[in-house]
Amino acid sequence: MSDADTKTPFDAEAHVTHMQAVMNLPIDDAWRPEVVANMAATAAAAALVLEFPLDDEIEPAPVFVP
Amino acid sequence: MSDKPATGDIASWTAAETAAAVNRGAISARDVAGAALDRIEALNPTLNAFTDITAERALAEADAVDARLADGEDLPLAGVPYAVKNLFDIEGVTTRAGSKINRENPPATSDATLVSRLSRAGGLLLGGLNMGEYAYDFTGENAHDGNALNPHDPSRMSGGSSGGSGTAAASGMVAVTMGSDTNGSIRVPSSFCGLFGLKPTFGRLSRGGTYPFVASLDHLGPLARSAEDLALVYDVLQGPDPRDPAQAGKPVMPVRSELSKGTSDLRIAVAGGYFRERAMPEALAAVDAIATALGARHEIGIPEAARARAAAYVITTSESSALHLDRLQHRPGDYDPDTRDRFLSGAMVPAAWAVQAQRFRSWFHACMMTLFDNVDILLAPATPCHALPSGTKTITLDGVEMPARSNIGLFTQPISFIGLPVVSVPVWLDGAALPIGVQVIAPPWREDLALRVAAALQDMGAARAPLAPLPDNISHNNN
Repeated sequence: MSDADTKTPFDAEAHVTHMQAVMNLPIDDAWRPEVVANMAATAAAAALVLEFPLDDEIEPAPVFVP
Repeated sequence: MSDKPATGDIASWTAAETAAAVNRGAISARDVAGAALDRIEALNPTLNAFTDITAERALAEADAVDARLADGEDLPLAGVPYAVKNLFDIEGVTTRAGSKINRENPPATSDATLVSRLSRAGGLLLGGLNMGEYAYDFTGENAHDGNALNPHDPSRMSGGSSGGSGTAAASGMVAVTMGSDTNGSIRVPSSFCGLFGLKPTFGRLSRGGTYPFVASLDHLGPLARSAEDLALVYDVLQGPDPRDPAQAGKPVMPVRSELSKGTSDLRIAVAGGYFRERAMPEALAAVDAIATALGARHEIGIPEAARARAAAYVITTSESSALHLDRLQHRPGDYDPDTRDRFLSGAMVPAAWAVQAQRFRSWFHACMMTLFDNVDILLAPATPCHALPSGTKTITLDGVEMPARSNIGLFTQPISFIGLPVVSVPVWLDGAALPIGVQVIAPPWREDLALRVAAALQDMGAARAPLAPLPDNISHNNN
């Protein structure tokens, strides 16, 4: 069984509940379903990015020039 | 075409035609400004392009232009009426950036760098233009200021987030508008409103004095009704500016004189794979029409384009939400509901997701640079469909229903992700009631190549940006 098979699915609802407190974000009950839906969409996009193997030498694109 | 007599309908003139007429004294800049103000007064109540009209400034600038011409000067934008997305600073006007919150700020004390350059070149600033809140938008809809409507069919979206920029240029309220493009916000309204739009290379033009959305990805550029106008304005806009720390130290590279060079020496290919999927038939037909006109027969797969789009999505939501964090914590109810929920979720993105997306951006950039060893220009749809009816919340592409607001830009997003210069060219398919755009994509710093192709397409009639007809209520009133 691969790592992907055993990975816990992202729980957008639980993530929003946790991060709402961490980041001190007031979320009206009426907004919550859309916030959760957007969080799930972002997690899906992030999963695509994270599953792509990158060599350790590859640096983030923005380069700071002192 | 630059010698068109001054007796025609001024609203239909391109910037180049206007500047030529004003420079040779066929019409005064004052009269051009007056005509633009009349047109805005007639059309804006219906189309909602302008949020701020700077009539006094436009008239004063016109008088100054007329005086400079009387002194013997020749100005590249003599008397050209223009307007800017309302995230550009305009001295004396509050920079609202499409928001309710920012309109509490005091008026800007100076112009954005690019506004200064346009005015110095003889342009007449008519005002600030409607936009999606904080630029987080592809629709041109705004809960605070109302929606910027599509002049070719006012029941439809202008496209966003530079919605008013599309509306104002396509309806002839002004000849040229300025927009911003983080993931597609110049190219989408160009497509929906039938305009030529230039998103230059990331780091090419100064963003000094504009309200940011995603500093890692923000670009500025013009929308107009001809490729020549894009080049004319772009040449005025170039040049170093210490106000933008992300501006690249590239020399000014004038392009207007390059436009007539044609395309025979260019290797042009259609972007395949991702860019041939999840599109309505009109988007692919428009690309095919442009490819046929250019004699481009090859299709090139773009590796990992879907992942590039996903990475741009993650960077956008996390970086923009960090910018807004304090406001999201203290007054989320003051946001447009359509952006608020996206910003709130963006404030919850784990740091590793965003950093990994920026690392993938380096990989994708290197990959695409290899691809440009074998091709000079790529063609891809600008939008997956014609302008959608206003208020559309979801679109179905290849049988998959998805949110409209975030997916209208699915073909623009992977390209701006690595900052490639693009001209969106407007195509009118046989029998179509609406235009649709095709992205002409060039390697970094080669805006000249994309503009040459756009000019050639316009010359052969494959791309065109006719003035939109007057809305029904206005044409009826005039009858």
